[in-house]
Amino acid sequence: MISFETIVFYLLAALSVFAAVRVITARNPVHAALFLVLAFCGMAGIWLLLEAEFLAMTLILVYVGAVMVLFLFVVMMLDIDLVQLREGFWRWFPFGVALAAVMVFEMVWVLGNNRTAETGTALVKHDADYSNVKELGRLIYTDYVFPFELAAVLLLIAIVAAIALTLRRRKDSKTQNVAQQVAVKRADRIRIVKVPAEKRGE
Amino acid sequence: MMELLQTLEQTGQNLLGPLWLPLWTLIKIVVIVAPIMGSVAYLTLAERKILGFMQVRPGPNRVGYWGLLQPLADGIKLLLKEIIIPSSANKFLFVAAPVLALMPALAAWAVVPFGDGMELANVNAGLLYILAMTSLGVYGIIIAGWASNSKYAFLGALRSAAQIISYELAMGFALVCVLLAAQSMNLGDIVRGQSHGYGLLGWYFIPLFPMFVVYFIAGVAETNRAPFDLAEDEATIVAGFHTEYSGMGFALFFLAEYANMILIAALSSVMFLGGWLPPINIAPFNMIPGLFWMLGKMSFMLFLFLWFRATFPRYRYDQLMRLGWKVFIPLTLVWLVVVAAWMQTPLWLW
Repeated sequence: MISFETIVFYLLAALSVFAAVRVITARNPVHAALFLVLAFCGMAGIWLLLEAEFLAMTLILVYVGAVMVLFLFVVMMLDIDLVQLREGFWRWFPFGVALAAVMVFEMVWVLGNNRTAETGTALVKHDADYSNVKELGRLIYTDYVFPFELAAVLLLIAIVAAIALTLRRRKDSKTQNVAQQVAVKRADRIRIVKVPAEKRGE
Repeated sequence: MMELLQTLEQTGQNLLGPLWLPLWTLIKIVVIVAPIMGSVAYLTLAERKILGFMQVRPGPNRVGYWGLLQPLADGIKLLLKEIIIPSSANKFLFVAAPVLALMPALAAWAVVPFGDGMELANVNAGLLYILAMTSLGVYGIIIAGWASNSKYAFLGALRSAAQIISYELAMGFALVCVLLAAQSMNLGDIVRGQSHGYGLLGWYFIPLFPMFVVYFIAGVAETNRAPFDLAEDEATIVAGFHTEYSGMGFALFFLAEYANMILIAALSSVMFLGGWLPPINIAPFNMIPGLFWMLGKMSFMLFLFLWFRATFPRYRYDQLMRLGWKVFIPLTLVWLVVVAAWMQTPLWLW
């Protein structure tokens, strides 16, 4: 008898794999990006099954809700020529295969190794009131505080670099001084003129 | 009432066994979603009436007494209208987009507590779930704008995407302040955390007042409501992302927008206005069921939405971005630090 959770797992896994395959096979880049969103949703479901609700929600919140929206934003505005894209496909094919092989080897090596990832042990079930978020926070800010801060600094560098690369001041930009606009008074803008009344027809 | 529910659950359990849980959940979903849909319908009437009164005109008053049948007439009209799909549109996504807009607007209601224990799912990470669900709402708009293959719809979708991303950050930080104060992400516990003290004074809108304001304004921006309705700015881009939609497709976007408004009203009541708690915790007030207080607070917040629409002119796009990035995000970050420091002192009374 297969348990309900197993069925859900296989459904979500099938969905994720299907979506992931479609990400690279879809012709239209917008469709590919939307399939990536679907793959993220499938993975979030699998993480929920693993009781990693914080990670699952964050995946949806950050990747689906923000990163992919910006991705779509850019992809939708691109005018992509498919013929040009497919040029040189076979020339780069061996390189791509080699890269994929390295990635697969790395993942198998890390995930299938007892030192880096616990395998073969059953999932520890927790009560409904167990807060995974609290535990995660505690670990991040005590045991793993240095790696965590290091990651934060890395992200900060990425932000600063991205801004430094894209920030260009234009001399002719017509920005408004908002403080000045807000501080404006009635007397600065209007002048009340007394106009003497006239009789009609004069 | 509670005993009746318990006997009902017990009998159902005995009669149906394992099938009872899905059925009972389904019943609860219907009990939540049906009133939301009804509220959406009558919120449109309330909006038109209130806007009418604020502009010194009667508002709809032809269909039914006091215009009370107007929402039904509108609904029937939209249902019977022909659905036109533009010939160069991406058909699947064009049809899927309104569904994607409505789905998260309804899904987020799963964790909203209407009274003590009156919620569909008591989720520990409820606040995160709400944030995740509300961040999904933008997909309906972006996909609609892209699939329509029309420049107006596309411009509306781009505006909406940028706007929602910008305001989501401020919204998220405001909610982080709430979770800091409540020390929980469970919406029920957040309300219970506001029950210390004498009713009104225990609510989080007092220590977190700037966050309350930021959250609500960001909520107005997230739901694409006036004065932040740049995504459907009729003066410049026809009707924005839903330019090409007609009939039920348009109606679904409409439903999603209003369901989102009610959701924001419910969430700001839960997180800042004490949810189902009475404003004064003494005899005549605390005898009224919590549901009424909750609905009353939601109605007040919804009235604010309509009031905003009647009062403020539409923002310019650069003003909108400035408000989000240069005012709200720094403000929320500073207040986050203030609250965190404040909570370490004995002056924190909540």
